Amino acid sequence: MRSPLARFLVRRIVTALLLAVGITLVTFVLTNLVPGDPVAANLGQRALGDPAIVAQWRADHGLDRPLPQQYLMHLGGLLHGDLGTSQQSHRPVLDDLAESVPATLELAGAAIVVSLILGVAFGVIAALRRDRLPDHVLRVVSLVGISVPTFWLALVAFYVFFFRLQITPGSGRIDPGMTPPPHFTGLYTVDSLLSGRWDAFASAVGHLAAPALVLALYTIGLLTRFTRSAVLEVLGQDYVRAARAKGLPRRVVLFRYVLRPALVPVITVAGLAFGSLLSGTVLVEAVFAWPGVGQYAYKSATTLDLPAVMGVGLVVGVVYLVINLVVDVLYGVVDPRVRVS
Amino acid sequence: MKRRGLFARTRVRRLPRAWRRPLAVVGVVVALAWVVIALAAPVLAPHDPLAQELPRLAPPGPGHWLGTDQLGRDILSRVMYGARVSIPLTLLLVVLSVLIGGLLGACAGYFGRWVDETIMRLADLVFAFPTVILAMVVAAALGASLGNAVLAVLVVAWPAYARVTRGLVLGVREREYVLSGRLLGFSAWRSLRVDVLPNVTGPILVLATLDIGTALLLLSGLSFLGLGARPPSPEWGAMVAAGVDVFDSWWVATFPGLAILTVVLAFNFLGDTLRDALDPRTARAIKERAL
Repeated sequence: MRSPLARFLVRRIVTALLLAVGITLVTFVLTNLVPGDPVAANLGQRALGDPAIVAQWRADHGLDRPLPQQYLMHLGGLLHGDLGTSQQSHRPVLDDLAESVPATLELAGAAIVVSLILGVAFGVIAALRRDRLPDHVLRVVSLVGISVPTFWLALVAFYVFFFRLQITPGSGRIDPGMTPPPHFTGLYTVDSLLSGRWDAFASAVGHLAAPALVLALYTIGLLTRFTRSAVLEVLGQDYVRAARAKGLPRRVVLFRYVLRPALVPVITVAGLAFGSLLSGTVLVEAVFAWPGVGQYAYKSATTLDLPAVMGVGLVVGVVYLVINLVVDVLYGVVDPRVRVS
Repeated sequence: MKRRGLFARTRVRRLPRAWRRPLAVVGVVVALAWVVIALAAPVLAPHDPLAQELPRLAPPGPGHWLGTDQLGRDILSRVMYGARVSIPLTLLLVVLSVLIGGLLGACAGYFGRWVDETIMRLADLVFAFPTVILAMVVAAALGASLGNAVLAVLVVAWPAYARVTRGLVLGVREREYVLSGRLLGFSAWRSLRVDVLPNVTGPILVLATLDIGTALLLLSGLSFLGLGARPPSPEWGAMVAAGVDVFDSWWVATFPGLAILTVVLAFNFLGDTLRDALDPRTARAIKERAL
């Protein structure tokens, strides 16, 4: 425990665990605020008229116990991998989510890769051409990127590229007539490559392109703006001026002296951007009928499916927590100053 | 002569440089235009936004400049009246977030110890969720209505202000003039209000302006998902949602979406300018923390 890095790691992991417990508490409390009675939402008119059936249903779902006890039951279940049973699909929430999480991770993963490549490139170009035409153009583009309503852009993209131009395939993850690739990771693009099914790969990539690009526009805007200011700050440093003054080629100065320190904070922003991508999937999945967590969350919330809502909040919260933990640790490894602060 | 000269100099003083940039001018003009539309919608709108007339789903043309929706309502009038729903609610939302988040953050920073711990851990919990997911769960838990959607966005929006205000208050708390005020026997409330508050308002204002766009996107997003405005309210997000079912009639969703885009863009142009006009270094740090 002498090493500052080990101390830093332990501290971050303990915080993450505490937050994970907090997340279970938040989802539990929120879903218990519901003014609508879950009994009324789930039983038919005739069953509601019979007090015995209502009492039985409440007892079956643990709703007759005091709230703290319900929470402990919920927590105990979670530790055994039990997220409850969806009141709509009548299947374990874990099974429902196991089907939808890979679809969302594939979509958000593709979007973050595109965002990182384009966002960082645009940001560097804007900083190097500061106050000139490329900077002005990219500034407007990135501002439009963070200002456009994702759900509307999804609709416009669907209309233009699928309905009018017929460049992209329609909704869903793969062509309707095609059998999905065998399940390895749940990511259709990876699974089809692993099983050598090139037709499925092409179809999966085609279906992924439009929603991923729509989703990425916001984070491209975010990363462009952040990278631009990070690079500008480093460009003003004395050691950069010194490197230029001693005659180092522009390319060497840019890659060795400027980009390395400038891109370290971008790691943190990329983690935060992933959170906004997870948020965006809810709005984009609804339009592209992408069978992911976003669509599942929406359906569960509108039908007051308590265990499913809890499951989604929990899983997305924990995924986001893990990503932020990885980002922080990575940051601590790359930048030693962070470990001691 | 001397006095006149001085007077003249103050009169011709030009706007600060940042405000003369094209993006700032565009932002101000577009934002003002929407405020005028919101105020004058009953005069400007050519039709009753709720009146159902034939033909339904008419494309944009002379009778209905932006077409009609599936119930035969005039989209131009609905977009104009929509400004009366979305813009005031968004502004109210941001003001409430600033007040609640700012007050809690100031208390956390000023009093420290358990007050700080409680408030900031609560904020950390909210930050542990992606915003739309938490807002959606809260809105669903409270029930689908525009008021509840506002409340849901409020729940996810206040911690950013709390965190920033806390940081700023921590910075000024130990300054000599604050300490001497306390030694003179000022109450905590007076010290916060008189000595601390004026030092933290600038950066908070920048954050709030940049947040107006985000708040509108979140609010209309919830309405789009059916968790906000109820029919027949001409709320922009709900109008875009109505276009999903008839997306071959492109005009139903396109125009309300453009309305959201232009308002958000205008406030982001303004916020960007405001940020540049104030100390760029502080402002950037604020934006980073607020992300």
